[in-house]
Amino acid sequence: MKPILEIQSVSKKFNIHHEGGSYLSLRDRIGELVKFKPSRKSEEEFWALKDISFSINPGESIGIIGKNGAGKSTLLKILSKITPPTEGKIICRGRIASLLEVGTGFHPELTGRENVYLNGSILGMRKKEIDRHFDEIIDFAGTEKFLDTPLKHYSSGMQLRLAFAVAAFLEPEILVIDEVLAVGDAEFQKKCMGKMEDVSKSGRTILFVSHQLGMVSKLCKKAVFLENGSIVGYGKSDEIIRDYTKRIFTENVYKVNENDSNKPYSVTSIRPLNSELENTSSYAHDENIMLEIVFVIRKRMNGTNLMVSVNNKNGHRIFSIDRSIDDVRVNINNSATAYLTIPKVSLTPGNYSFFVAIHKPNTMAYDILDKICPISVFDNGSEFIKYEDRWFYGDVFVSGKLEFK
Amino acid sequence: MVEYKELFYFFTWRDVKVKYKQTALGFLWAILQPLIMMVIFTFFIGKAMNVPSDGMEYPLFAFSGLILWTVFASGLTNAGNSMVSNAQIIKKIYFPRLIIPISSILVSVFDFIIAFLVFILLILYYDQSVFIGQAFIFWPLGLLVTVIATFGPGCLLAALNVKYRDFRYVIPFVVQALLFLTPVIYPVSIISNPILKYLLALNPMNAAITLFRIPLTESAPDMMTLWISLASGVLFFFFGLAYFRKTEMYFADLA
Repeated sequence: MKPILEIQSVSKKFNIHHEGGSYLSLRDRIGELVKFKPSRKSEEEFWALKDISFSINPGESIGIIGKNGAGKSTLLKILSKITPPTEGKIICRGRIASLLEVGTGFHPELTGRENVYLNGSILGMRKKEIDRHFDEIIDFAGTEKFLDTPLKHYSSGMQLRLAFAVAAFLEPEILVIDEVLAVGDAEFQKKCMGKMEDVSKSGRTILFVSHQLGMVSKLCKKAVFLENGSIVGYGKSDEIIRDYTKRIFTENVYKVNENDSNKPYSVTSIRPLNSELENTSSYAHDENIMLEIVFVIRKRMNGTNLMVSVNNKNGHRIFSIDRSIDDVRVNINNSATAYLTIPKVSLTPGNYSFFVAIHKPNTMAYDILDKICPISVFDNGSEFIKYEDRWFYGDVFVSGKLEFK
Repeated sequence: MVEYKELFYFFTWRDVKVKYKQTALGFLWAILQPLIMMVIFTFFIGKAMNVPSDGMEYPLFAFSGLILWTVFASGLTNAGNSMVSNAQIIKKIYFPRLIIPISSILVSVFDFIIAFLVFILLILYYDQSVFIGQAFIFWPLGLLVTVIATFGPGCLLAALNVKYRDFRYVIPFVVQALLFLTPVIYPVSIISNPILKYLLALNPMNAAITLFRIPLTESAPDMMTLWISLASGVLFFFFGLAYFRKTEMYFADLA
């Protein structure tokens, strides 16, 4: 089977102007021509993409992930022929439709009905196709009452829904989507996700750029990881996402070197770990989160506890674990190590930090550390994925029982 | 391009719709513009300055020029600005870029059709004799030459405007100046200096208007100026097209 899309060592160069506005003006050109004025030397080359090669088989869904400025959008623009590559070429064996923005070409003065036709045909749909799907589109958008109202009187939410609805009925062989699902309300997102899954199941090829790793892992079997314009990983999306989250690792190890402290107990280091006992700052929601706490005992005090709490992004405590350390068998002035495991599917996707204290309950604290070791949890396909970045549904997953009688 | 013929239709349709949305007079504007110009020129050029009019009533003479001139002027202005005003679409979707300037010229052709009805009424009102057989050839031909004359410079300006925004200011100025360098409100025969005559013939609209007036006048057109003007129109057409095709790939990067 021949790949439907082949990208062969594609590179893209931009010239960045530093001085003045970004537009050229004739005066500068004429100035250069007559050598009246030295040409601007402030122009700088910038390679947005460097030697990108990969190929996609028909029916595959590929996620493209990477930080801002990694070249994801440039790659999509080249794939959809909007801008030519500086080097390399693309072989495409199918009708390609790109959705780099929702509602491209929407005109505020035209009515909803008129905009459906205009937008549809800009996206590459035939008039017949639009006619055939018109009722479904309007139904999907839920704007039938306002069909003949100019778009400028629509709320922005309604405009978005209409735009999506048109896009949802695109039937190309290859669909290129840039981050557009990051808008719309939760219910509508769910509809869109369902639609996208249908599309990929129907054997069409999808290229999907998103920051929402959960969506990528759910929709795409394979993923490309871009960094500074180059591919650093291409393979199964789970592995690539894991790789990616390791790369965006932020320093989160807590360490002190105060050996001469006269405190009876003091914490010397805390490290968040993954299940392979490697330090990390990013976890899938269905992955165990471990915290390694190393502390020194200089003088044993009876009734001492180690308390570890998890703070949510606002710094509020979510839950705590409190254990006596009276029985920890370690020689005086030596280090003891405690491992805390937070079982998988406990923390919802988001950012967290820790609170660690060695204390005598309600009496005194020997060592207190708060808001340390920041970590983040990403959605790896939970039942709440439809709310990703849309709706805050809480800090913890609880498998409560819901019965209908 | 054939694959995208529906998009052609939709862009033209959009521009026509948007042009007259929320206007009280609607399509009447397509008539009013040349009509008001005609009245003004009749008073100042025809009556006050006694400019000849190839044996026609001056208002009819002026209108027969203005009706094509309006196609050229609005077509050139809209086509020249079309790539910049559609930058948002260009940056997000691929389609043959030529669709945009062409459909903005087609909008002007649409206006022409409406104004043409008024032109017929004026002919009846002034009881102007028309060579009917010639009319069926030269009126469509005049329009075709106008479209060709608009297309070349229109595409050129559209492409240049993407790169050098200076052309945004050049376009209205060029249109204004060209009105006086085109035999819209005066006949070609008024110019006796041969050098000046052939120089002005470089303007492609010269041929368009001359052809359009053939059925209305008994005086034969100056063939030399006609051929020069036609050749210049064709040259501009291919030059504009070639420049556009050469640069269109990079519009999305520059827009």
